[in-house]
Amino acid sequence: MKVKKVLFPLLSIILALTAAVSLTIGKYPLELIDIAGFFLFKIFNVGVMDPERYGLLRSVLLDIRMPRILAAALIGASLSVAGASFQAMFVNPLVSPSLLGVLAGASLGAALGMVFSDSWLAVQCLTFIFGLFSVLIAVGIAKMHKGNAILLLILGGVISSALFTSLLSIIKYIADPTNQLPAIVQWLMGGLSMVDCRTLVFAGVPQLVSIMLMILFSGYLNALGMGDEEARSLGIPVEGIRMLLIFLATLMSALTVVLAGMVGWVGLIIPHIARMLVGPDNKILIPASALIGAIYLIIVDDVSRMLFSVEIPIGITTSLIGIPFFVAILRKAKRGWD
Amino acid sequence: MGLNPLIRLEGISFGYTQKAVLTGIDMTIGEGEVVALLGPNGCGKSTLIKIILGVLRPDRGRVFYNGEDIRRLGAKYVARQMAYVPQTHKTSFPYTVRDIVMMGRIPHKTFFFRYTKSDGEIAKKALESLSILHLADRAYTEISGGERQLALIARALAQGARTFIMDEPAGGLDYGNQLKLLDQIIRLSRDGYTFIKATHSPEHALWIADRAVMIKDGTVMAAGAAEEIINTQNLRRLYNASVNVLDNGVFRACVPQTICGCMGDAGQREGRTMVMRKVARG
Repeated sequence: MKVKKVLFPLLSIILALTAAVSLTIGKYPLELIDIAGFFLFKIFNVGVMDPERYGLLRSVLLDIRMPRILAAALIGASLSVAGASFQAMFVNPLVSPSLLGVLAGASLGAALGMVFSDSWLAVQCLTFIFGLFSVLIAVGIAKMHKGNAILLLILGGVISSALFTSLLSIIKYIADPTNQLPAIVQWLMGGLSMVDCRTLVFAGVPQLVSIMLMILFSGYLNALGMGDEEARSLGIPVEGIRMLLIFLATLMSALTVVLAGMVGWVGLIIPHIARMLVGPDNKILIPASALIGAIYLIIVDDVSRMLFSVEIPIGITTSLIGIPFFVAILRKAKRGWD
Repeated sequence: MGLNPLIRLEGISFGYTQKAVLTGIDMTIGEGEVVALLGPNGCGKSTLIKIILGVLRPDRGRVFYNGEDIRRLGAKYVARQMAYVPQTHKTSFPYTVRDIVMMGRIPHKTFFFRYTKSDGEIAKKALESLSILHLADRAYTEISGGERQLALIARALAQGARTFIMDEPAGGLDYGNQLKLLDQIIRLSRDGYTFIKATHSPEHALWIADRAVMIKDGTVMAAGAAEEIINTQNLRRLYNASVNVLDNGVFRACVPQTICGCMGDAGQREGRTMVMRKVARG
């Protein structure tokens, strides 16, 4: 109880600091003081600023770095919340947001868009639609049969993921190898360099709303983890709540692909870190995962940008950091799993 | 009985895809009664329990609570009247005992909910009344089976339900914990709680149940006052087992035939004297 009172303000401050420091990092180095001066001038009209420098700062900060940092925070939060809620719902700590095929479907959608259309908007729309579509197929397969709903959903997800991954291979195979194929491959590695303000608004608002809703519904997640019949005996409309939560998780995950392609491992490891900090109670775990995920992805994006002279795709960085980290926490995290 | 009928089952039938599990079950449970459901593995006890709770829908027949069809009462209302105490299980995540007990407050909540202080108080009281408040912040995965079973009962208390429906509550518990569990059931039934309890132990039923219902092949084989129907003849029929119910006038015991050292129903007398002699010697 005490932890809870200190934790959320603390995490929020760390998030704000991380974001502020990240604003200074980039090809054009800035001091925190420059940034503070810029925002004071921009918002409160305090101080003086040379118009040329103002224009430069404006484009560096508001057009490039801010959307990127916001997108990183949203993606980190979305994947972590989706992962944590799936882990609770499917009563399995090794589950990640891709369980029901959302990432496989979204990848196919992106690839289709890149091969058959020239419009970036079309790529984004197809990414989103196919992300939802593949989960719909997984749920449809699960609903065709009677039996253990959780197991059937997982099987449905395996089938749907396999289906969309093979379809993606077909698209890669027929894609023009000089332009389209590299674009697809790079997209699948993830990257935040394509983020612009408009996409950020269109993807970010629904993401924020679904994260909020997931936090509001998090009280049901503990009970869902006790098994369907027990949850139903507590008066919970299990099927309905589960479908709603799957929809929210799918929505936020599909939108991360729209923003930045495939970003792996975040949805698996952040819930574990959060669980080590605050325990498994989902009412605290879900909001904690959101904040920690946001902080984590902003930092990882900074690393991706700065480590080498060329930017490394963020999907590669998250895996490279995530895998050893996961091995390290595995010993501690598996406590009480069986 | 002379008690108000609280729960009434009317012609309950249920089948998974091909096989019929329950056929035409009728049953009445009075307020404050302790009713034991007895029957061999796979006889449909657990299914019947889930139907009474409204968790499973029967193919035919209806369940009434206080004269109202539970389907019309709504799941939340039913959850406030009847609580499910499953056989002790483990969760994958180390939720604390308090987290588990707090779940009992869900039927009292609206769609979006946060637990309030008073929910916390109710959970605390429930833990206190079972003397397991010291376990509140322990991980549910790391306490013993008996403690987990008590935590599940605490959740049922926090749920505010007056009827507890238990599926093999003593299953997997050691002897001492089984007795502790039975003590709690007796104590709560004195406070007016109603119990429906599926059990594998006819002796437990003899000790604590007012009535017993024997279920075999999905139908009621016998029902009535526990001490009347739990007899040698019925137990042999129910379980296909060679067992004798011995009675020394003070208590009854279910003793396997081989231990009685004699054959057939007629041997029951000698069996009894033999066991009594053993008891006397010990």
